[in-house]
Amino acid sequence: MVLNNIEKLLEKYENGETTLKEEQQLKNYFLQDTVAPHLEMYKPMFTYFSVNQQEQFTKTLPLTKKVFNFKWLAFAAVAVLMIGFYFKSPIISAYEDYAYGTYDDPQEAYNEVVKSLAMISIQFNKGTSTVGYLNEMNKGTETIGYLNEIENTKNIIFKPNNQ
Amino acid sequence: MTQTEFLNIVMPFKDKVFRLAKRLLVSTEEAEDATQEVLIKLWNNKSKFEAYKNVEAFSMTMTKNFCLDKLKSKQAQNLKIVHSNYQDHNTSLQKQVEAQDSLDWVGRIIEELPEQQKMVIQLRDIEQYELDEICDMLDMNNTSVRVALSRARKTIREKLTNTHSYGIK
Repeated sequence: MVLNNIEKLLEKYENGETTLKEEQQLKNYFLQDTVAPHLEMYKPMFTYFSVNQQEQFTKTLPLTKKVFNFKWLAFAAVAVLMIGFYFKSPIISAYEDYAYGTYDDPQEAYNEVVKSLAMISIQFNKGTSTVGYLNEMNKGTETIGYLNEIENTKNIIFKPNNQ
Repeated sequence: MTQTEFLNIVMPFKDKVFRLAKRLLVSTEEAEDATQEVLIKLWNNKSKFEAYKNVEAFSMTMTKNFCLDKLKSKQAQNLKIVHSNYQDHNTSLQKQVEAQDSLDWVGRIIEELPEQQKMVIQLRDIEQYELDEICDMLDMNNTSVRVALSRARKTIREKLTNTHSYGIK
């Protein structure tokens, strides 16, 4: 009676029509020690299924792995900029006062400007006087012009080859 | 969502994810890596948990896709590693060795099945999901799941019968 039932279930099982409950029934039958000899080959199949059901995942999960948050990078950048501006601005203004002095009296300012312009022109003239040697150079190139005369006479004596 | 809450949701089915991965990738190490990867992906998307109808089914689908990608990837094509999970068979009894041997046979037969049938067998006969759930996970319709299941079961039975009566008939 039981065997008959199992055989029927097996046929349904192979057609993929059994419910989970019926499959459990089959499993229970084949997990017994004694199975009908002609159904022996099903035994490892069902044993395999139930053995494999026990396998477990034992590796630990590294869930605490932190993902770098770029939002904080923005905050840090802004903070650095703020600190930078805060410390930099007073130093610049102090330096500027020291480097470029101002005159309150226009006459005094005029004198200063004249003085510095005069200094510039003196230095400039010194520079141009040395450039005067270039004239010597020009004279030299003019004398080389006489070489053309030699060329002319040579042409008279020897007929150029390319004519 | 805190880590504990997440683990409470994930714990019941993490073994199922692992077993499905192992069914497809064969080697235990690969399957462990795949499971870890899938669970970390879930953890990173934990804010969307409410939107999922069924986190478990969703994870199984994810696992399936991940493993199939893995199998298709260049890495798998270039290197053909024969995965064998070495175990210490510390049983001297003939009977136990024989039983283990026939279980190995079943494993090897399932390994030879097409991927789809492998997955269906895994989800139905080992994890005992309802057909509808399997349809959901594998993105197949009811009939094709049934057909795949039937084919896989018949193949296993035939091959087992051959092995079982080898040299006798």
